[in-house]
Amino acid sequence: MLRDIGTVGQRIQAIGRRQFVVSASAAALFLPAMLRAGPALAQDAVPTAPPSAVPAPSPATPETFDELYARLTKGAKPTEGKLTFEIPEIAENGNTVPFAVTADSPMTAENYVRSIHLMSTANPQASVALFYFTPQSGKAVVASRMRLAKTQDIVALAEISNGEFWVARTKVTVTIGGCGG
Amino acid sequence: MTTPTPRVRMPATAKANEVVEVKTLISHEMESGNRKDKDGKAIPRKIIKQFVAKFDGKEILKADWHPAISANPYQSFFVRVPASGTFTFEWTDDDGSVYKAEQKVTVG
Repeated sequence: MLRDIGTVGQRIQAIGRRQFVVSASAAALFLPAMLRAGPALAQDAVPTAPPSAVPAPSPATPETFDELYARLTKGAKPTEGKLTFEIPEIAENGNTVPFAVTADSPMTAENYVRSIHLMSTANPQASVALFYFTPQSGKAVVASRMRLAKTQDIVALAEISNGEFWVARTKVTVTIGGCGG
Repeated sequence: MTTPTPRVRMPATAKANEVVEVKTLISHEMESGNRKDKDGKAIPRKIIKQFVAKFDGKEILKADWHPAISANPYQSFFVRVPASGTFTFEWTDDDGSVYKAEQKVTVG
């Protein structure tokens, strides 16, 4: 029974967001019933999983940008101006939007950028990518291409070796969204 | 799907402690998991979830990619070359496959 709950979770993860709302409410109806049935059936089973292991915070619920940002900064106020974006103001095709993020850091063993977290404010998933650097990176610069579902703000948050946070935020206007049907 | 082909471009020679640019590209559809096929069924997610660059086995740069990284992911970054050695690059797929590339750099 407990194993069944696991597969429900995986199935939720595999389906789209719009469907998720429906499935989630369905799961909400069924899960308690399954949990109640669980212990009764589990008595015959030899290794009983601890109940706390069952309804872990569902990975199927996408973390919103605000939740993610709050979790990462832990209430600290990031410094502006040390982290810069190179990204088009108007992206004609949301499927491939080139970007570069640069942190103004000497990248020495004592003072370097640990990570840069790139986030979108209106994509289905807030986190776009997380880049981890070391002093041997030489420069805290990274460039790639991203998908943008619609016009939105893009946020980069850098964590420095001394515990500081740096932030950069910029708006990108998207003509054709890039998340598919 | 064809086997993803990684490509790396970086200088083969450098001065000691020079910081050089590395450009990487790998062919991969980066299926986001948000799309549906023509019958309305969700297409399961299949992306490259991690990229790691190492120098003589020591990690220099790591990236966690999420579905918002475009198909055929390109990534450029910098590395410091302390001495002659080998840079290795590894891309890890959702299905567990690892695609590898390497580049020897001579300090002269």
